[in-house]
Amino acid sequence: MSLQVMGKTFRHGVHPEEHKEQTEQLPIQRMPFADRFVLPLSQHLGAPCKPAVNVGQRVQRGQVVGEPGGFVSMTLHSPVTGRVAAIGPRRHPNGSLVPCIEIEADPYSTQEIATSPAVDWESLSLDDFILHVQKAGLVGMGGAAFPTHVKYKLPEGRRCQRLLINGCECEPYLTCDHRVMVEYAQAVVRGTQIVATKLGADSATIGVELNKPDAMLALDAAIPAGTNIRVASLKVKYPQGAEKMLIKALFGEEVPAGKLPLDLNIVVNNVGTMLSLADYFDHGKPLIERVLTVAGPGIDRPANLMVPVGTPVRDVMRHCGLNEETRQVVMGGPMMGQPLASLDVPVLKGTSGLLAFTDESISHAEEYACVRCGQCLEACGNFLNPSRMARLARAGRWEEMENAHVADCVECGACTYTCPSGVPIVHLIRAAKAAIRQGKAKAS
Amino acid sequence: MTKRDPHLLLQAAPFLRRGITTPGLMMDVLLGLAPLVLAAIYFFGLSAVLVLLTCTIGAVATEWALSPARPRGSSIKDGSAILTGIILGLCLPPAIPLWMAFLGGVAAIGLGKLMFGGLGQNLFNPALVGRAFLQAAFPTAITTWSQQGTITEFWGLRLSSWYVPFTHWVPDWLRILLEGVFGPQVDVISSATPLAFIKFGGEAAPFNNLLLGNTAGSLGETCALLIIICGIILAFRRTFDWRIPVSILLTVAAASGIVWLFNHDSPSPLYMLLSGGLLFGAVYMATDPVTSPIAPRGAWIFGIGVGLIVVLIRLWGGLPEGVMYAILLMNAATPLIDRIAQPRAFGRTITGEVSA
Repeated sequence: MSLQVMGKTFRHGVHPEEHKEQTEQLPIQRMPFADRFVLPLSQHLGAPCKPAVNVGQRVQRGQVVGEPGGFVSMTLHSPVTGRVAAIGPRRHPNGSLVPCIEIEADPYSTQEIATSPAVDWESLSLDDFILHVQKAGLVGMGGAAFPTHVKYKLPEGRRCQRLLINGCECEPYLTCDHRVMVEYAQAVVRGTQIVATKLGADSATIGVELNKPDAMLALDAAIPAGTNIRVASLKVKYPQGAEKMLIKALFGEEVPAGKLPLDLNIVVNNVGTMLSLADYFDHGKPLIERVLTVAGPGIDRPANLMVPVGTPVRDVMRHCGLNEETRQVVMGGPMMGQPLASLDVPVLKGTSGLLAFTDESISHAEEYACVRCGQCLEACGNFLNPSRMARLARAGRWEEMENAHVADCVECGACTYTCPSGVPIVHLIRAAKAAIRQGKAKAS
Repeated sequence: MTKRDPHLLLQAAPFLRRGITTPGLMMDVLLGLAPLVLAAIYFFGLSAVLVLLTCTIGAVATEWALSPARPRGSSIKDGSAILTGIILGLCLPPAIPLWMAFLGGVAAIGLGKLMFGGLGQNLFNPALVGRAFLQAAFPTAITTWSQQGTITEFWGLRLSSWYVPFTHWVPDWLRILLEGVFGPQVDVISSATPLAFIKFGGEAAPFNNLLLGNTAGSLGETCALLIIICGIILAFRRTFDWRIPVSILLTVAAASGIVWLFNHDSPSPLYMLLSGGLLFGAVYMATDPVTSPIAPRGAWIFGIGVGLIVVLIRLWGGLPEGVMYAILLMNAATPLIDRIAQPRAFGRTITGEVSA
């Protein structure tokens, strides 16, 4: 057995209360189909896709409805059998209006998936493999939704020496990756094996935090003999799931600032992505649904749900019993998630959780003067000086912030979580970054 | 069409907080000071209570009167004014006239903190500004150290506490009143501190006395053992940066040790460490986060600087004690230290270049 007992970790970081007990033992259930689905044409980083269907057209579950609008773009599939009701602007979870395809579900359909047959991945060339990953609509399912195939397009002079599968799930409350690793360990390992083989990786490591021992055991049991895949245990710490922190924790190497893991010949994927990838190559099923955690003090029936992409948040909330006292609904985790102004927004490919907070569970941090206690420096995994950033941001001294490497900040929020003075440090940094971007856009 | 959900808040992430607040941190330090306060009362009796109380009242009253925070007095609840008052009181001699102690509290908050813009903005440790003010204004009173044990009665007071401002006497009616309530009042029997002994008299206090606090000195600085224990607890609770006291003490030990090797007449490193306000200053005053460097490298530089200046003043300066000026000088250097000692960012070299 290749399990290590001692967990590795990175320097700095914080230890928020985990709040995972609500859902970590709950098996994944299937969410019933909603009446209507909204598919933003851009749910990933990169160019939006182009609609490949017309209004009124009947579509089958799994059928292509959007073609990639470039290399850094994805194929989009219908999550449901039904009829295209509209193509037009709809509300994105981030509050903006974006072009979407709206699909009305057929209430009498058996919801058979229009799968293509399994793909014989072993005989594919690397370029064809990448094309298939794009056709599967795969994005990073840990939250950032970076197109997966782009990571596999290795630039000249780089190779994927080490494949790293991210099973940290360091955000409190979220347990969807945990359940995926426990219940779909075979598929996760299978996906890892496919990617490792196609990219020619020397080794593949699945990093899991020590609070998920059942996931580690399940993965370990699923690894076939004679493969170079191993499970590595990590101490529980936030933000260990940030890929640079994870690489530091496992390999002791620092990804140079502004560079990618590929510069160290490492490719990082999320466990959920591996499950979807295995589903595509083994069963021909594209990314049309995902597992997400619905939890928080405002939820009556917390759950880990398999939800079709495009399902309105309101339907998910109704299914899980949204409490009357809920004052805030968050898409994603409690440290980096997106607060929702309206529940009429769809679940995206990158949505890992939906959390509801009641009034008393929201931290209304009272603000005091910064006393330079330095706890934010000890929280920052990127070794920045958040206290100074906040001060500079309040004074509008953008240039000095750039010199202090504000661009290196990943906005994990650890500084703000830990600040005893309740200074909204990460908010100030986000605002400063936006101002710096605007300034540059105006200058050019 | 899109329905709004107006009851939903749009507060941005992170939605969780650690739940430790700045007043909580101040409370931590106050709790860490409590044993010292009790020891001061044990050693110096009721006059310790009076001095500490007067300093704190002076500090809090000034915060209330002069702080721009509105509603008036709302800045008192961050706890920093109370802390400044207590720390100032602990570094004053027990027999100091109370009106001076009050003035010290006023100067600490008014000149040391509010003048710079309030909590978090001040350049110098406010308590030390208060003490420096008193030392400049009343050099005799602040260096009149009463020997412990001259008052065996806890209720016995030192007459000098009640001096009318700018005089050296107590009105008869007050003396009669005090003696009626508290019993006979004594005048100060002054005694040199261990450091003054060695500087000007050449006679050293026994180590046991230094360690346990049976010496003359400021209220809070006499019991070395207690300061060490409280300091270790606070450091483990991460209330302050352990690097600062550690680097100060190591530097003092090393520098005075080198001198002592060549000249056995100078005080030994152990004597330097345990005497005077060094431990108290290193643990409770140099560690004030507002006025010390924020990054670890800066903390080392700061601590080494304080240690060297202490040794310089004590061995070759005109004063027996140098901790106050050492810390104040390094406070002034803190913005510069912060400038050169920023943390090394992840994936970069120490100079900020992208690492290869």
